[in-house]
Amino acid sequence: MENLHQFDVIVIGAGGAGLMAGLYASRTAKTAVISKLYPSRSHTGAAQGGIAAALGNIEKDTPEWHCYDTVKGSDYLGDQDAIEFMTNEAPQIVYELEHMGLPFDRTPEGKIAQRPFGGHTNNESGRPVRRACHAADRTGHMILQTLYQQCIKNKVNFFDEFQVVDFLMVDGKAAGVVAVELATGQLHTFHAKAVIFATGGHGRIWEITSNAYALTGDGIALALRRGIPAQDMEFFQFHPTGIYKLGILITEGVRGEGGVLINGKGERFMPKYAKTVKDLASRDVVSRSMYLEIRDGRGINGQNYVYLDVRAETVNKYAAIDGRTNPDGTPYTVTGEEILKKLPDIIDFCRTYLGVDPITQPMPVQPTAHYAMGGIPTNVYGEVLLDENKTVVPGLFAAGECACVSVHGANRLGCNSLLDIVVFGKHAGQRAAEYANGADFAALPTAPEQPARAALEVFYKGDGAEKVFDLANEMKHEMFANMGVFRIEEGMKHALAKIRELKERIKHIKVSDSGKIFNMELINAWELNNLLELAEVTTVSALARQESRGGHAREDFPKRDDANWLKHTLAYKKDGKVELKYKTVAITKYQPKERVY
Amino acid sequence: MEVTLKIFRYNPEVDQKFHYETYTLEAEETDRVLDVLERIKGQKDGTLSFRRSCAHGVCGSDALRINGRNMLACKTLVRDVGEKITVEPILGLKVIKDLIVDMEPFFDNYKKILPYFINESPLPADGKERLQSAEARARFDETTKCILCACCTTSCPSFWASDDYLGPAALVTAHRFIFDDRDEAAAERMQIISETSGLARCHTAYNCTLACPREIPITQAIGELKMVSVTGKLD
Ligand SMILES: Cc1cc2nc3c(=O)[nH]c(=O)nc-3n(C[C@H](O)[C@H](O)[C@H](O)COP(=O)(O)OP(=O)(O)OC[C@H]3O[C@@H](n4cnc5c(N)ncnc54)[C@H](O)[C@@H]3O)c2cc1C
Ligand code: FES
Repeated sequence: MENLHQFDVIVIGAGGAGLMAGLYASRTAKTAVISKLYPSRSHTGAAQGGIAAALGNIEKDTPEWHCYDTVKGSDYLGDQDAIEFMTNEAPQIVYELEHMGLPFDRTPEGKIAQRPFGGHTNNESGRPVRRACHAADRTGHMILQTLYQQCIKNKVNFFDEFQVVDFLMVDGKAAGVVAVELATGQLHTFHAKAVIFATGGHGRIWEITSNAYALTGDGIALALRRGIPAQDMEFFQFHPTGIYKLGILITEGVRGEGGVLINGKGERFMPKYAKTVKDLASRDVVSRSMYLEIRDGRGINGQNYVYLDVRAETVNKYAAIDGRTNPDGTPYTVTGEEILKKLPDIIDFCRTYLGVDPITQPMPVQPTAHYAMGGIPTNVYGEVLLDENKTVVPGLFAAGECACVSVHGANRLGCNSLLDIVVFGKHAGQRAAEYANGADFAALPTAPEQPARAALEVFYKGDGAEKVFDLANEMKHEMFANMGVFRIEEGMKHALAKIRELKERIKHIKVSDSGKIFNMELINAWELNNLLELAEVTTVSALARQESRGGHAREDFPKRDDANWLKHTLAYKKDGKVELKYKTVAITKYQPKERVY
Repeated sequence: MEVTLKIFRYNPEVDQKFHYETYTLEAEETDRVLDVLERIKGQKDGTLSFRRSCAHGVCGSDALRINGRNMLACKTLVRDVGEKITVEPILGLKVIKDLIVDMEPFFDNYKKILPYFINESPLPADGKERLQSAEARARFDETTKCILCACCTTSCPSFWASDDYLGPAALVTAHRFIFDDRDEAAAERMQIISETSGLARCHTAYNCTLACPREIPITQAIGELKMVSVTGKLD
C-alpha cells in the first residue's frame, strides 16, 4: 500500500498536550506527532496569563488550596481524585518546564514569578493568592516554543501540515488514523498500536470567540463517529474579557494586576456579585455579572459591552479601597510603565485592533467563547473511557482541551488549562508508550483510507446551492445568541432546530477547487461538518440538563440541583441521533456546598 | 468603503505561470486584511489558498507581502494599507500555491542553530527551579517573542540572494539562547552562526526590524551577536 506508515504511538496534535505526549512517548516507543498546523502555530501559543501551581514563591500557598479552589471553581462537577492528582503534580511539572529552559519571569530572589488569577485563593483569608506562574503575557507562547524545541532536541518525528480525517478502530481497539497531506492532497494511513488525540478545542462554533480558525473540534468529532462518547459538552466557558466585537482575549492577568470592570454608569460593579474577590471571581460568575449589567442597561452608552480599566490611577484607587498590599505589607501601587512591562501583548492588541491605549484609556470588552470543559472522557493516565462504568478503550488516549478528565467540571479556573495539558499530556504519552510496548498491532481494515476518501468526496457532490462561509456564519450567530452565557429552553430548541437545518443544508455544498494541493476549501467544508456535529451534541446535552451549574446557566432553572444533576453527561452518536447517558462524579474530600466568592 | 485587492495567484496543477486576480468588495476600515481574504475565499473564489490560524498576530501563519511589505494579514487593518491592496506571497521561498510558500528551508535554518535549551549540569538538589536574576532574564526578553512567521527572513536581501544564509529569524533564536545565562552552549552556537552562512551575511539592511510584527529589535540583536563574535565575550 502506498503512503503507509507504522508507529507504536501516534499523537494527533502538536499543541502543549500533543508535544508533551510526543516527548514522553518517544522516550520508549516509536512515536510520530501529526499536526494540521506547524507545531509552533498551535493555539497553546495564544495563552497569555500563566500556568497554575502552588509553588508559594511569593506568599504561602499549598496544593490542597489549589485543589479546593479547582473543585469549587468546577461547581463541584470536577472529579476530585483527578483534581488532587493534577494539583499535586503541578509544582513539579512547572519546575520541569523551567528545567527545559522555559523563560519564566523572576522574583527579586530569582525564583519563578507568580501573579493572582481568578478563583485562586488563600483558603484561610479567602483573598486572591499569587499562584499563576508567568512569562509576561505570553506564557503559552513560551510553553509551546519550549516544548517544540525539546522535541527537536530529542528528534521526535513530525508530520507537519497533515490533517487527520479518520480514526481507525478494529474490534473495539485503536488501530491508527488516516490523514491528508495538505501539500499534495494525498491520503496517508498511519498504522499504530496506540493513538493519542490532542486536537485542542472547538470554540469556532461561536461568533465571538478567542479561538483560532483551526479549533474545529476534529478529534472529538472523529471519536464520536467511532462510538466514543463526548462528556460534559454543555459546559463551555465564556471568558469575561474579549475585545468588543473581535473576541480577542484580554487575559485575566489584567485583573490580577489590579484592573477592574466598570459599567456605563462609571461604577465598579463586581463587588455587588462577589464581595470578597470581586473582579477576580471565577469566570462564569464574572461573565454572568457582565451580562446582567448589560441587560439592565448599564453597558457603556447602553451598548453590549463594559470597560476593563487598567490605568494606573484606577488600579491604585481600587487597590487602596480593597486594602491590597505587597508581600512585605506595603500598599500595592503600580505605574503605567510597570503595566506596559507586565502586559505588553495586551497593550499591543488594543493599540492595533482598537486604536485604544490601555495605559491611558479603558478597554471595551464583552464575554467571548473561550474554552471547552467537555471532551473525550479519560482517566488521569489519558486512557479513553467508553461508558459510565469507565471501561477503557484499548490503545486510545486523549489529552489537553479535547479531553475531559474531568478536572474542570462545569467551569475551568484560569491557568488550569496550561497545567492540564502538560500534566495529562505527559501521562498520556507515558501510558500510551507502555501500552504499545506490551501490545501487538491490530490488523488494519482492508482499504483503510476508503471511508476518509468518501467523507471528503461528498463535498464535491452537492448542487452548489450553499456555501461553507454562509453556513458557518449562521451557525456561529445562532450559537452565540442562544447557546451563550445564559440559556433558556426555548432558545436552545431554536438553536437545535437551526443546527439540524444546517446539517441538511451542508449536503448542498459543492467545493469549487478541484485541485489536490492545499485544497483548503475542501478542508474547511470538512471542518464545518465537525463543528456542526459538536454544536448539536452541545445543545442536546444542554437542553437535557435542567439546572444551572458553572458554564451552563439557565434562566428557566437558575439553581444548581445536586439531587438530580450532580453527574457527568456522556453523549453518543448512534444512527445519526444523539443519545445521553450519565456518569457519577468522584467526590473525595469536599462535599458540594453553595459557591460564594 | 470599497476595497480592491490584487492578489497573486498560482496553481501548479493548472497554471504554467503566476498571474494576478483582482477582487472588489465592501470592507470596514477596521477589518483585518485577513478578514477581507476570508470573505473573498468564502464568497467570491473558494480556490484562493492561504494559511491562517490565530487571527491576532501570535501564531505566525499568515506572513504575506502586502503592498510590497512583509506583514501578518491578521495584524494589518484595511485603514493601515488603504483601499488598493496588493497581496503576494513572501519572497525567497518557493511558492506552492497562491499565497502559500514552502516553509521547510526556513525551519531547516532554524534547526541548524541548536534551537533548544542546553544545560547538562546537575539540577538543583531540591528539585526546584534554577535561579535566574530578573536582570539576567530581561537580557534576552525581546528575542523570546519570535513567532517564526518569517516576515524578517523573507524581507532580507541576503536571504533572497541565497537561502543558505541562516537569516534573521534563526539568529534571533540563537540570541535568545546565547544570552540566557542558564544555557551552556553559547560557544557552540557562536561557532555555528560565525560560519560563512551566518552573521557575516548580515549587511544591516534593517528590513528585518521593520518587518517584524512582534517589534523585536532584530538588527540590534544581530549586532550584539556580532560583538560577541568579535570580542569573544558575552557583555
Ligand atoms: C487566547 C487564549 C488564552 C489562553 N490563556 C490561558 C492561560 O493563560 N492559562 C491557561 O491555563 N490556559 C489558557 N488558555 C487555554 C489553553 O491555552 C488551551 O486550552 C490549551 O493551550 C490547549 O492546548 P492543546 O494542546 O489541547 O491544544 P492546541 O494548542 O489548540 O493544539 C491543538 C493541536 O491539534 C492539531 N490538530 C487539530 N485538529 C487536527 C487534525 N484534524 N489533524 C491533525 N492535527 C490536528 C493542531 O494542529 C494543533 O497542533 C487560553 C486559551 C486561549 C484561546
Ligand atoms: S493568523 Fe496567526 S499570526 Fe496571523
